[in-house]
Amino acid sequence: MVETAALFSIWDVIKYDAKCAELRDNLLSNNVVGSKKEGAGRYGDRIFSNLTLIFSLLMVAILAALVIVLYLDALPAINKFGFSFFTSTDWDPVKEIFGALPAIYGTLLSAAISLIIAVPISLGAAVFLSELSPAWLSRPGSFLIELLAAIPSVIIGLWGLFVLVPFVRNPVESWLGANLGFLPLFQGPPFGVGFLSAGVILAIMIIPIITAVSRDAIRAVPDSQREAMLALGATRWEVISRAVLPYCRSGLIGATILGLGRALGETMAVTMVIGNSYALTASLFSPGVTIASKVASEFSEASGDVFIGSLVALALVLLVITLVVNIIARLLVWRMTEMRPT
Amino acid sequence: MRLLLKHGFATLISVLLGAAILVGCNAPAATPAQKPSSSEQSISLNGAGATFPAPLYTKWFDVYNKLTGVKINYQAIGSGAGISQITEGTVDFGASDGIMTAEQQAKAEAKSGPILHIPMTSGAVAIVYNLEGIGSGQLKLTGEVLANIYLKKISKWSDSSITALNPGLNLPDTAIAVIHRSDGSGTTYIFTNYLTKVSRDWSEQVGNATSVKWPGDIGGQGNAGVAGQVQQIPGAIGYVELAYAIQNKMTWAQIKNSSGNFVEPSLTATTKAAEGVTLPDDMKVMLTNSSNTDAYPIVGFTWILVYANQTDKSKGEALAKVLWWAIHDGQQYAAPLSYASLSEEAISKAEKEILSIKYQGNVLISR
Repeated sequence: MVETAALFSIWDVIKYDAKCAELRDNLLSNNVVGSKKEGAGRYGDRIFSNLTLIFSLLMVAILAALVIVLYLDALPAINKFGFSFFTSTDWDPVKEIFGALPAIYGTLLSAAISLIIAVPISLGAAVFLSELSPAWLSRPGSFLIELLAAIPSVIIGLWGLFVLVPFVRNPVESWLGANLGFLPLFQGPPFGVGFLSAGVILAIMIIPIITAVSRDAIRAVPDSQREAMLALGATRWEVISRAVLPYCRSGLIGATILGLGRALGETMAVTMVIGNSYALTASLFSPGVTIASKVASEFSEASGDVFIGSLVALALVLLVITLVVNIIARLLVWRMTEMRPT
Repeated sequence: MRLLLKHGFATLISVLLGAAILVGCNAPAATPAQKPSSSEQSISLNGAGATFPAPLYTKWFDVYNKLTGVKINYQAIGSGAGISQITEGTVDFGASDGIMTAEQQAKAEAKSGPILHIPMTSGAVAIVYNLEGIGSGQLKLTGEVLANIYLKKISKWSDSSITALNPGLNLPDTAIAVIHRSDGSGTTYIFTNYLTKVSRDWSEQVGNATSVKWPGDIGGQGNAGVAGQVQQIPGAIGYVELAYAIQNKMTWAQIKNSSGNFVEPSLTATTKAAEGVTLPDDMKVMLTNSSNTDAYPIVGFTWILVYANQTDKSKGEALAKVLWWAIHDGQQYAAPLSYASLSEEAISKAEKEILSIKYQGNVLISR
């Protein structure tokens, strides 16, 4: 999701900025950088800082413009449907009746499935790569995981359609249907395409991000923490579970949210495996739809203000969801950072 | 030694540069000789719209460019987008698989006058299926049964309404997985137009559009997405463009046409749909469920949309000429690319439309 990435990069920039300021103060106080060149240097500094200010304001302006344009284009739908847009399960271009509930549900459900699968795997991989693996394995391992993140989503989607979906259909879904079919989650015909496949595809796509960011977070834990724990006679497991992971909690949550952001907005790969059926069902086997896939599928052929407006309104909803997710994440991270023993 | 190498390099580079400049000087002198030095030389036209005829259009405009030097850019961005682009006047012509709605036509008319729908080729929609042991052309379906399958009223292949049509086939007692297009498309428009004509339930419950409220089951992205699902899921049925079905050797069904004959989709059966039938002068007609006895019933034109009153004389003239070429000489390129050529009747109506294109009240080209 572009918005998510942008938000995170703004935070990164701010963080980085603070680091830089700290470094500069250090350098200044140590007289490494003299105050001799004040004349010309000051000018350059001022231009530079104004320029960067303009750039950062530009980012904010782009976000604002995005929201405004989306809102204006969505107005025909907002005026016609009002709040019922969020509760209606209809999507009928012929009669021009549109509701967003199945798309919102599908977006959240597929993202939730992907997190359930991805978080334990990513966390395990990150702990292994940063704490346990021998040096000769750690570097190529990290490299390969980052390589996975670089695969374009349409390729993952194709792989999903031709390899994953048949596998999910049989044996996964037929087995689940036969043995756990009494649960509403596993009912209905095993088509292969559906929420389950979408969740798995998304998990594959977000595992590299979550792993890479978590690994960096774990590596950033000072060795003193580990040594202190070891000095108390802790086992390796205790070091990791009681010292390392709690210490970098906020980083791990950040990593998860970053993954969630991508899962919410991912379009191409999901469209190819989710089955694109506009329905609200509990079963993971049933074909569904996400906001991003719906918008991408129908936008080019949509006609009429209400139809286009409804698609734009969907996009607006997605933007709001990602913003809310990010804000919650930010709050969580802040709280964790405050609570962290220093 | 090093110095020598450096010098050698410099010499090499200067020789190469010199050669390049020489070639560069020669090139422009050579080109005009190959092309007719008409006033159309510098004209370039922009069009946008339907993706279905895009391979044919690309071929046409490439051939036409070599013949006359007129450059035509075509962007396959979808029929809906093509309609809005021509309405906004950002392109010289639009292209669509569906007729513009009354609302769309009124909007365009208010802006720059009436829009002509000029047919270029026609396409058919093949019904494809995945049933073990039942080959291409063996399954027979009627429009009503097809509508009921897509309405999810018929849910098994062994349903009596299907077996009654196919006494010789051993149809399994499995569920029918219904596959449709998830993206808005002209193929869906033609398909739902046909179902609307043959099934009252369909026209009341679902209707005709580039994307509709599907009663079930799975949506696939594009022809490839639908074909992929059909090939993967046993017992699946779907619909794809005939050209796609031919190129991928898919298993398709015979459909009963309005005269009661079961017809396999083919280029000839597609062209037949516009033969021996009365076509309106404005060509805003859906060919589905044609009355021709040999016609395949799920067929539609694809149109190029142009303003009846052009605002630029030389561009308007070039446009009229290329359209004229397309419906005559251009038709020979249709079949090799799996498009059905226009029928005699369609061509003569299209000719009249092209001849009616005007600039400031005067016609732009004559026979």
